[in-house]
Amino acid sequence: MHCDKSFSVEGGNFQAAGNVSSEIKGLLKKIGLPKDTVRRAAIVCYESEINIVSYAKKGQIIVHADDRSVQIEATDEGSGIPDIEQAMKEGYSTATAQVREMGFGAGMGLSNMKRYSDDFFISSEVGVGTYVKMVVFNLDLKLMPDHPQWVDTYT
Amino acid sequence: MDLAAIVKALNLKVSCGGSALNREVKGGYVGDLLSDVIANSQEGHVWITRQIHQNIVAVASLKDLAAIILVQGSEPAPDTLEKATREGIPILITADPGFEVAGKIYRMISP
Repeated sequence: MHCDKSFSVEGGNFQAAGNVSSEIKGLLKKIGLPKDTVRRAAIVCYESEINIVSYAKKGQIIVHADDRSVQIEATDEGSGIPDIEQAMKEGYSTATAQVREMGFGAGMGLSNMKRYSDDFFISSEVGVGTYVKMVVFNLDLKLMPDHPQWVDTYT
Repeated sequence: MDLAAIVKALNLKVSCGGSALNREVKGGYVGDLLSDVIANSQEGHVWITRQIHQNIVAVASLKDLAAIILVQGSEPAPDTLEKATREGIPILITADPGFEVAGKIYRMISP
């Protein structure tokens, strides 16, 4: 049981923002991952998607999921992040007034991505773009319907 | 405490999601910053906000919130309503300010 899929995200399109993460959430649910894994993966996808919409011309979210984990890679062609350490701080944001008016730009997107994933990697180049990779583990392998052997090994 | 009891006690207008009012409300969160709500709300919470655009539905759905309560008479944008209806997320409306709504609900559900 696995899924590999790539999604394009259009920069600046706040009407469509969230659609990709909804679709990913549906896919992960369909392959039978437990609720908590699906929810955490969907949240990090959503924050990635909002960041691409807010700060990039365009981007891509690639999801690879199997019964053990969900790996999410978000790549964009955008403004990039000059100081990642600062950007990771809760409350720090460079969002425009227009973006903030809609309730985005709380300065918690990247920290949520880190908070809800089990493994988090970010790299960025100013004027080129940003790459984020996150892994969400299935912490409840025994619940997987197709893999009864996990029941025995999970103690 | 189920959602229906809160709707009745606070005389909230059910804008959509009327079939999901039997859900248990475990608490609530107040905020207009979406990522703050993502970080700090929990499953089964009601979310009290003034934001009306469709991304509130995405946030409520991501966090499995029980309902969105729009205060100060805010009405959901048409595409918000459409999306919430599709996803079965109740949007409840009141003319009261957020402070009062939060206070009343807190009093109802706290032991």
